[in-house]
Amino acid sequence: MTGLAGTASRALLSHWRRHPLQLFTLIAGLALATALWAGVQAINAEARASYAAASQSLDGARLVRLLPPPGRTISEAEFVALRRAGWLVSPVIEGRWGGLRIIGFDPLTAPAEVAPVALARGAEFGAFLSEEGAFAAHPETFGTLEGTGASLIGREDVPPGTALTDLRMAARLLGREGYSHLLLAPVQPLRRPPLEDVAPHLRRQEPGMHADPGALTESFHLNLTAFGLLSFAVGLFIVHGTVGLAFEQRHATVRTLRALGMPLGGLIGLMAAELAFLAAVAGLIGLVLGYLVAAALLPDVAGTLRGLYGAEVAGTLRFRPGWAASALAIAMAGTAIAAAGALHRLVTMPLLAGGTRRGGARWAARRAIRQAGAGLALLAAALAAALWGRGLVMGFATLGALMVGAALLLPLLLDRILSAGHRLARHPLARWAWADARTELPGLSLAFMALLLAMAASLGVSTMVSSFRETFRAFLDQRLAFEFYVQADTPEEAEQLLAALPEGVRAVPVMGVDLVLAGQPAEILALRDDPVYRANWRFLAARPDPWDRLAAGEGVFVSEQLARRAGLWPGTGLEIVPGLIRPVLAVYADYGNPLGQAILTEELFRTTFPGVEPLRFALHVPPDAEGILPANLSAAGLDPARLVDQHAVKTLSMQVFERTFAVTAALSMLTLGVAGFALLMSLLTLADMRLPQLAPVWALGVRRATLGWTELARALGLAALTGLVALPLGLMLAWVLLAVVNVEAFGWRLPMKLFPLDWLRLFVLALLVAALAAAWPARHLARTPPGRLLKVFADER
Amino acid sequence: MNARLFPLLLCLWPAAAAAQGFAGLGTAAQGFALPDPGWTPVFPADHGAHEMFRIEWWYLTATLEAADGTPYGIQWTLFRTALAPGGAPEDQLWMGHAAITTPDAHHVAERLARGGTGQAGVTADPFAAWIDEWRLEGVLEGESLLFAQGPDWSFDMRLRAEGPVVLQGEAGYSVKSPQGQASQYYSMPFLAIEGVLTLPAGDVAVTGQAWLDREWSSQPLAAEQTGWDWFSLSFETGEKLMGFRLNARDGTAFTSATWIAPDGTPAPYSDGAFTAEPLATARVAGREVPVRWRVTLPERGLDATVAALNPQAWMDVSIPYWEGPVTVRGSHQGRGYLEMTGY
Repeated sequence: MTGLAGTASRALLSHWRRHPLQLFTLIAGLALATALWAGVQAINAEARASYAAASQSLDGARLVRLLPPPGRTISEAEFVALRRAGWLVSPVIEGRWGGLRIIGFDPLTAPAEVAPVALARGAEFGAFLSEEGAFAAHPETFGTLEGTGASLIGREDVPPGTALTDLRMAARLLGREGYSHLLLAPVQPLRRPPLEDVAPHLRRQEPGMHADPGALTESFHLNLTAFGLLSFAVGLFIVHGTVGLAFEQRHATVRTLRALGMPLGGLIGLMAAELAFLAAVAGLIGLVLGYLVAAALLPDVAGTLRGLYGAEVAGTLRFRPGWAASALAIAMAGTAIAAAGALHRLVTMPLLAGGTRRGGARWAARRAIRQAGAGLALLAAALAAALWGRGLVMGFATLGALMVGAALLLPLLLDRILSAGHRLARHPLARWAWADARTELPGLSLAFMALLLAMAASLGVSTMVSSFRETFRAFLDQRLAFEFYVQADTPEEAEQLLAALPEGVRAVPVMGVDLVLAGQPAEILALRDDPVYRANWRFLAARPDPWDRLAAGEGVFVSEQLARRAGLWPGTGLEIVPGLIRPVLAVYADYGNPLGQAILTEELFRTTFPGVEPLRFALHVPPDAEGILPANLSAAGLDPARLVDQHAVKTLSMQVFERTFAVTAALSMLTLGVAGFALLMSLLTLADMRLPQLAPVWALGVRRATLGWTELARALGLAALTGLVALPLGLMLAWVLLAVVNVEAFGWRLPMKLFPLDWLRLFVLALLVAALAAAWPARHLARTPPGRLLKVFADER
Repeated sequence: MNARLFPLLLCLWPAAAAAQGFAGLGTAAQGFALPDPGWTPVFPADHGAHEMFRIEWWYLTATLEAADGTPYGIQWTLFRTALAPGGAPEDQLWMGHAAITTPDAHHVAERLARGGTGQAGVTADPFAAWIDEWRLEGVLEGESLLFAQGPDWSFDMRLRAEGPVVLQGEAGYSVKSPQGQASQYYSMPFLAIEGVLTLPAGDVAVTGQAWLDREWSSQPLAAEQTGWDWFSLSFETGEKLMGFRLNARDGTAFTSATWIAPDGTPAPYSDGAFTAEPLATARVAGREVPVRWRVTLPERGLDATVAALNPQAWMDVSIPYWEGPVTVRGSHQGRGYLEMTGY
């Protein structure tokens, strides 16, 4: 038996020796699929690890917080009163300094889960409390901190851009008195008076009430995951096609081996082991490629997340064994799925049945109809999910059903179009070409399905990107209507600043507080009625005369995020602070802001939050005053760098958004590349097998070059047809992304805009990919020696 | 004495000192006041803090008994350590340890605070020592109150002085090593105590004897000293003994003791007079700790066995050590407290 098994495996393996191209296709397809999937997963894992570190160990996001009244801080006396009453609380000072997020802890009272240094680690503890101070930060952040003279303690779990330090150091750096909030230790002592008796002004904030970067960025990662999955699916199309072909071509070998007494089970085992080995090799290659993809994209992803959500992610990739294992597992599982059909056919194949190529045209037509039926069902499911589904997962389910459904419909659609073409053609060669294309369709349909998915994804994403960019630019023009913005550190400095403004400059205060509105973490802004606002703001929904009624203190504006999350549309009322309810006058777009927002008139704001001093001002600067503004500030002893030019803000914001989509654009291009590869491999594989069909045509007098051109034209024609199907599919995809996924993920809906030039670009790109894929096989055909064509007849006998 | 948490507090030191550019242990007393052999105590002022010294503590232990005869022990300690000389309140760090020991359980809690905020501190007149809600306050020579708590336990006690302040060492100057390191050290070993222990199983009314140690210094122990065993024993005769053994890395030990007559008259004994030898160890928190000792002071006819009430009295705090109530059997009968570090 061992002898037979050895012979059998040698016989089976000889297939790959005779068809090195198939072997290459199989391994490359699987490796590419694994690479894209693994790359995306690596990015996600890295980012998630960063959030976990950030939200768990750094700012005590899992702990109950005690917050001061809006606009105020907590005094040392309030903190001591709580401690002396038996409440284990620990003060935190948080703020931004030189582009860094500074979190000041009291290492002596900080609960163990957030304490940046422990007493048991004497050296760090001493350094923290010393006069010179110390920062615990990610080594990437050291550069910014070196000038401070403090000791630097490297901590990999602190996200870049954040520095932990002692409370007093933070207070000194940020120029603050008072604490931002208190952390409540999870375990409290036995006896203590009610919190309200000791600190009546402080509010309890349960964990999870504050903006959690994990939740906000989840949608971004879902986007990436969807792309990874899509790429993997495209890769699996390749593997499926190759494995099916290889198994079919080995039917003869299998028949011979079984006739020689090789049991079916042993044979299946051998082939499964062979596939597992190939999958492992391809998976390892994919792992390396995926790591490279992730390493290349991660800095952009990190930049995006930082800009969009303030979530810090390290720009360097770490190798995680769990990630490698999951990537290998998915490569194996993918191969198993792709090969299941082929193995099943092998099991059910009658021992003596002859190898039929693709089961003939009629069988292919039946299969196309079955597939189309499944496709229609999926499209119906997608429609139902879009209409009645809720939640992000449903959004992605809609996407998946839509894409796969359309892909399954494609072969039938192409077949019908080709058949129509055949009927319309008059010239014999043209009729042959149409008919031939139809015959070849079953062998190519997988590759074109892959191309369809890749094109539609690319189109959908580019439409979303462009819609986003257009909308966002208009939105920035609306929101950054003033020429300059300026920030003071203290009320005294603000007064100084206002006094230093040149004649003709109008300063409008921008004040805000963070609080909880309708159960959502949110911010309230004060707005002084100003013609600049009235001229620039556009509303998504509004009652009549919103500006006049706002100015009269009759109501509030709310952002789209808050409106959608809490159902606050014009006609409803918003409780601003307990007992103060105002009707919603208008809803405005506030793209990119994770927090909900509400706007009050300045007077109402000042009476509701008397503790808040205006420190930030929007400046309307006449052109002639623009030049002297910095000089005036310098003369008053103020740093002109505090002046923020709205152009700079706009540029920065646009950069952030460009980076977000650079990542998705790169992924969609990669997917398109994989689809092109699938097409190339299908055409190459078919090329050899097609000689029996082409030889008679050649014998009838059609030149080889003409045959080659026909091949190329057929590939281009099919790609063009696929492109025509991809267009509406891509637009539907964009619609789902903008109107379903985006709303669920971010809380705002983007208007969809159409960019026909992008379509054209993609269409040309797809034709180019198809032409590149078909060029080599066509050239190969055009140069086939006549002897080989003649041999077809000799072989047929 | 209470060489006790001397090195414990100094654990903070090398770091803080290095960060401040000091050369380390050898010159670590730089800028701080030094103990004075000619010191004369003034009360109540000396019950307060001595910020010009680097380290200081208010260290109270008590052996207690419930109405049914069950023995208990409690510990309440407040440590002060200065990060820099000069006595500025914001340079002081405060650390509190509290514990209840029962025959089969040991409850521990720790608190930390920085000075200058009011979260922790000591005032001499009226006397109050506190960290968070834990406190020892009142008139130490008269009546005072003691409170501490953890997540599921607390003690709420009243203290009454029944004897005088006892100066340890030579009139309150206690030598800690052959090289002459020393501290200022006095005790109040005659404190009657009663109150309520709240334990997870419920409240227990207890009475007993408390012992308050006050000590301050600026010098670390000698570098080769790695730990110590400290005994405060009250005998049924009304006599008391404070004795300690400082262990060096080379296996030698430096001992010192004070024999206290029932009227409070102290008799100091220098190195070698007092001996303490381990008889048996127990596995505690992953290490072998001696929990039965033979202690002798031949000049007083003392030759007794000291045994832990609960061998598992491990203080699992930032810098862990063993501290718990003990019983005395042999030439003398009695009770007391034992502290051991460096295990």
